[in-house]
Amino acid sequence: MAIATGSEHRSFAGQLSRPVSLALALPLVLLLGFAFLLPVAKLLVGSVFAPNATAEHWVRIVQEPIFLRILVRTVKTAAIVTVLAFLLGYPVALVMSRQGGRAAMLIAACVLIPLWTSVLVRSYAWIVLLQRTGIVNNTLLSWGVIDQPLRLIYTEGAVIVAMTHVLLPYMILPIFSSLRSIPSELNRAARNLGAGPCTSFRTVTLPLSLPGVYAGAIMVFILSLGFYVTPALVGGPQNLTIATLIGQQTIDLLNWPFAGALAGLLLAVTLGLVAVFRRILSFGKAM
Amino acid sequence: MSETATIGRRSAAAPRGEAITINGVSKQFGSIVGVDRVDLQVEAGEFLSLLGPSGSGKTTLLMMLAGFETPSSGSIALGGRDLTRVPANKRGIGMVFQRYALFPHMSVEQNVAFPLKMRGMSRAEAEPLVEQSLARVRLEGYGGRMPGQLSGGQQQRVAVARALVFQPPVLLMDEPLGALDKNLREELQIEIKTLHASLGVTIIYVTHDQEEALTMSDRIAVMDKGRIQQLGSPIALYHEPESGFVAGFIGKMNFICGMVTGVDDGRIDIDVSGQRVSVERSQLGGRHELVPGKAVRIAARPESIALAQASDDAIQVEVETSIFLGSHRTLVARTADGTQLHVQLPSARQDAGVEPRGVAFLRLEPGALRVFGAEG
Repeated sequence: MAIATGSEHRSFAGQLSRPVSLALALPLVLLLGFAFLLPVAKLLVGSVFAPNATAEHWVRIVQEPIFLRILVRTVKTAAIVTVLAFLLGYPVALVMSRQGGRAAMLIAACVLIPLWTSVLVRSYAWIVLLQRTGIVNNTLLSWGVIDQPLRLIYTEGAVIVAMTHVLLPYMILPIFSSLRSIPSELNRAARNLGAGPCTSFRTVTLPLSLPGVYAGAIMVFILSLGFYVTPALVGGPQNLTIATLIGQQTIDLLNWPFAGALAGLLLAVTLGLVAVFRRILSFGKAM
Repeated sequence: MSETATIGRRSAAAPRGEAITINGVSKQFGSIVGVDRVDLQVEAGEFLSLLGPSGSGKTTLLMMLAGFETPSSGSIALGGRDLTRVPANKRGIGMVFQRYALFPHMSVEQNVAFPLKMRGMSRAEAEPLVEQSLARVRLEGYGGRMPGQLSGGQQQRVAVARALVFQPPVLLMDEPLGALDKNLREELQIEIKTLHASLGVTIIYVTHDQEEALTMSDRIAVMDKGRIQQLGSPIALYHEPESGFVAGFIGKMNFICGMVTGVDDGRIDIDVSGQRVSVERSQLGGRHELVPGKAVRIAARPESIALAQASDDAIQVEVETSIFLGSHRTLVARTADGTQLHVQLPSARQDAGVEPRGVAFLRLEPGALRVFGAEG
């Protein structure tokens, strides 16, 4: 049908001709090629040719249990952060989608302003809160709840709390957008047909918002897997994640081939989990 | 189906409509009055339309009946049971929404079974009722489809099946055909009428389409500015509108200025642009003090105006166009004071000497006129 309307029509109908599409996409393609694909490829190649073909770095990951432990810990942390972000984020998204006017704007601002603030700043804010003489410890001490400062910073808990906070908007926004697209009539219909508020939520709102939940969960989970800044700042040496381990290998130890192997592992795990999620997701759509 | 289910949930064959009593109901949104002291008694099994322009309060009134809004004052009762503070999910009133409001993640069957499930029925109990309800809207065999795979008309029929499957005594319909095209609308109007006749359910039908209200309703409540302006049968509303608003809102209507020339006990004499008409007092809409010399508005249907043979005692008009419409002909003409008139003439083979830009003479049929005060 589009062919029959002629080419000049087509370009106005939203479909761009091939040369124009290429020209528009080219700058980003070049940037990604030079600044992302090339270095990643070099890193990965470097892990097996250094300079001769060797599997030594990959074998090391498997042989020394510490590295697999770090990988498991990374995945576990990411999973906990994802679940926490969902539990904290869903109610906020729900309230946001049910409010109108000023209240909705206020909540949106509370969600978006942290998102627009640098991750570094937000992570340092957690240091200010959690350190030995930080706000939390000082407050608890002055209230007499504790008589010695608690060890809050440089723990796994600190990493999880701070990462959940930093990544929360990535959970809230997709859920909000899918909740917003549910016509309000559907809830009214459910109520009219005999469903109480909770049943109406369980049978109508929640199932229809699942695409947003999946999108938010994938985003938060994947970002958590490779998250560097926050674990590096609020996590201690015992709380190394794959990302901070790669940072240590490249910055402190200058062991680029091994970092390359670790990066390859992280990439493979991430892609594998995305593939699994996508399968679950498309299964969910088909029902 | 078991014996107890039949008794406990009423027989599927004979659901009965119940009466609704709306008593002095108002609804304010901040300083805006949505519904203003409405009293309405809907009889059991009646088909009543709430007709009005957007913002007239008809939808707000329906939302209060459904339980989605709480009246600021007044009360609502269903068959003697007070509903005013009963939550929507406990009212047991069926509702059909303008945009179908089917659950997109459930199959047609699951949608229709939803209200039964909410009432604690098992799958085995619900299944025959769901099938029966789908058959009633001629959608047998569609149970496995998803709503997205159906046309708009089919979706709305599923919505009707879902609203009726639990045999509610009252069905509320909020402009249910507003999103459909004309042919489908007329087809579904007939289907809804047939369902109403066979089920005996009380239907309250909100629409802004006066034609739809006229063809479907037992009675129509015409609403404007949050109040019921007039309540009556379609025939009464069409022929005896009590206000200029109702006269203009229902059917085609011409308004012509006139001057009262004489008043006696039973009759009023009026001069209408050259024609002297004498009308009965009962043709006066609303309460107006009429004295000779007072200006009035005359409402005349296009079919109550005819061509006059002579210029004497007739309204002189300039013909603008004459439109052939098969069964009749519409003449568009303008009086000396610039009022445009639509006249419905019998369709004749010859054009009876009416030519565009020619002069013609019209006579109003005095018995079919309504008279209103000049201000409305």
